[in-house]
Amino acid sequence: MSITLTPAAIDKIKQQLKHRGYGVGIRLGVRKSGCSGMAYVLEFFDEIDDLDHLFTFDTVRVAIDPKSFVYLKGIDIDYCREGVNEGFKFRNPNADNECGCGESFYVE
Amino acid sequence: MGLLTISEPSSANKNKKNKQAIGIDLGTTHSLVASHLQNKPTILPDQSGRYLLPSIVYYGADRPIVGCDAEPYLLTDPEQTIVSVKRFMGRREQSSRAQKIEEQLKLYHFHLDPKHGMPVFVLQDKQVTPIEVSADILQTLKKRAEFILQDDIVEAVITVPAYFDNAQRQATKIAAKQAGLTVLRLLNEPTAAAVAYGIDRLNQNQCIAVYDLGGGTFDLSILQLSQGVFKVLATSGDTALGGDDLDTALAIWILDQQSLTLATLTRTEQRAILVQARSIKESLTEQSRAIAHWKEWTGEITQSVLDMISKPFIQKTLQITHQALQDSGQMLTDIDQVILVGGATRMPCVRKQVTDYFQQIPHSRIDPEQVVALGAAIQANMLVGHVPPEEAVLLLDVLPLSLGLETMGGLMEKIIPRNTTLPIHIKQSFTTYKNGQNGMKFHVLQGERELVADNHSLAIFHLTGIPPMTAGLARVEVTFQVDADGLLSVTASEMTTGIQASIEVKPLYGMDQSDIMNQLKASYEHAESDKKQREFREKQIESKQLIMALHQAFSEQEIEKEKDPESQDLYAALAALEKALACAELCEQLNEYFNRLNILADAYFSKKANQNLKSCLAGRSIDGIERISND
Repeated sequence: MSITLTPAAIDKIKQQLKHRGYGVGIRLGVRKSGCSGMAYVLEFFDEIDDLDHLFTFDTVRVAIDPKSFVYLKGIDIDYCREGVNEGFKFRNPNADNECGCGESFYVE
Repeated sequence: MGLLTISEPSSANKNKKNKQAIGIDLGTTHSLVASHLQNKPTILPDQSGRYLLPSIVYYGADRPIVGCDAEPYLLTDPEQTIVSVKRFMGRREQSSRAQKIEEQLKLYHFHLDPKHGMPVFVLQDKQVTPIEVSADILQTLKKRAEFILQDDIVEAVITVPAYFDNAQRQATKIAAKQAGLTVLRLLNEPTAAAVAYGIDRLNQNQCIAVYDLGGGTFDLSILQLSQGVFKVLATSGDTALGGDDLDTALAIWILDQQSLTLATLTRTEQRAILVQARSIKESLTEQSRAIAHWKEWTGEITQSVLDMISKPFIQKTLQITHQALQDSGQMLTDIDQVILVGGATRMPCVRKQVTDYFQQIPHSRIDPEQVVALGAAIQANMLVGHVPPEEAVLLLDVLPLSLGLETMGGLMEKIIPRNTTLPIHIKQSFTTYKNGQNGMKFHVLQGERELVADNHSLAIFHLTGIPPMTAGLARVEVTFQVDADGLLSVTASEMTTGIQASIEVKPLYGMDQSDIMNQLKASYEHAESDKKQREFREKQIESKQLIMALHQAFSEQEIEKEKDPESQDLYAALAALEKALACAELCEQLNEYFNRLNILADAYFSKKANQNLKSCLAGRSIDGIERISND
């Protein structure tokens, strides 16, 4: 099982990488946080770690460390607008509980 | 779920490869800057090729003049020329040393301004603080490094005397900030010297004496290197004993030959004779004799004359050394290494007497004036990640593996995640699991795996005396603190009573880089099974809690098993879950059993609540109910 990015997400990442001026791609991960277990990490990355899982979408590279990958398999990332907010939306088939604050999710 | 934005990588993962960092020895009389050039720590010279920057700042011009260029003003405009500023760093007027500072200030023709409780140098048309003066010196060194390295320098390791207290260290940090430098670490001067000699890489415990006779100060430090951490066992010294005193003594001797005294000379003449005395002293390191001139007088000074003049001073340093050794609780024979630091230790008579005292030849291969700065540069280079990891095990800047505690079910709860920058301290609250629980066991762990058994156990300690409370009410705050040397201390305190327990450990003892990598790889390889294990254990705990709650409920209210088919199902499901918990083969079905019991238990609990309500309300009038609720 792999991960997917919508065209809107790919475009937005490209745009933001260009704006930043440097960097190899984006890194996805999870960390323990919030009230329901885990939170997503979404950041730029400048260096590839040999142990990372690496995906390429168009020219966008996405790195996930193996430990986080267990929780992110099959994830779909979109870029969308909700009301006045816009940002990346994570649709995680593994997550079955999201906490009220929206900060964390839980995997069954 | 909320929407996310892409953030910058966290600091620990940042690409540090291209950054240069410098090491600075901010000395009382001289300062130096060093950095790694072509894989070797190198002292960076100024544009005229000079290594030492005299710690002198002249404030009579439009902008501060630092170093050699400021030196002539000592003679022409001493009122606005500041020397030995380090002596005033972070000192408070109220301190016991205030008196001494006052004297020193008079000596240097400056005044103590009590406004901020800190000494302030009152110049002709402005005032400067010791921090500002130090910042000017640091900035000069920074610019020197930037010129040579052709790069912006922002990060530095700065050395401070081992005896510097928090205020003095803080003042040094503020000065660095004002100079536009980020302090990667303040390193003790004796430790820096030991690092320069590579003693930190000797894979054994060592006891080290660092004999530092500088221009204006003498410091003796006894260090212990154990488990890769330098610990200062004792420091002693004299802040008014150094090479300058030898210069003065020599000058007095020269004047004495002509029946003159230092006091009868003008200030300019005093400076001139001192400068000459210093150059004679320096030339006597290499040669056996030197010529002194003073006005019409000319005389020859031999090494033995200098030996005679310096003897009382060296004796004094050895007395201090003896004292420090006693304070440290070490015997002379325990000292494995002796290191010489400071320009004055070049003098043959100093070397000889130190050798005689310690009964071993001290390290002097590295220029004693440069050794501290070189050590700082080595450390700086490690801290920005230029050193191959297998060599940089000892002095850490980030936590290589996560630290945490064992929680119910044999799971590891991470408190400080790996790659956290040190030093760090993190607090987390825990609570009791059972009613009336009066103690807690803390099992401190290191590693990346989910189960306790797969991680490295560091220590176990207990917190006892928690007053009896309902489960979940006690508030136990656990603090994890890792200092810059990687020393971990864990403290647990129960908030209502204030009872405390704590432990200190060196987390990386016995682990090298390959162990760390193995841990990390294992955590990656077992990511899937670890996740399942964690879920299983968590389900186990949930199951146990559910069973416990049901038993409690049963004991409060005996239900009629036979009559009620629903409660028969409940009992059956309860028994099944208990069996699944006890039996390893049934663990696959744990989830299923749990869910079945959970649904039945939910129904049972709500039924029970309804029954309670009914029994409370049955046969009462509305008025009666109101009365109950008002009670």
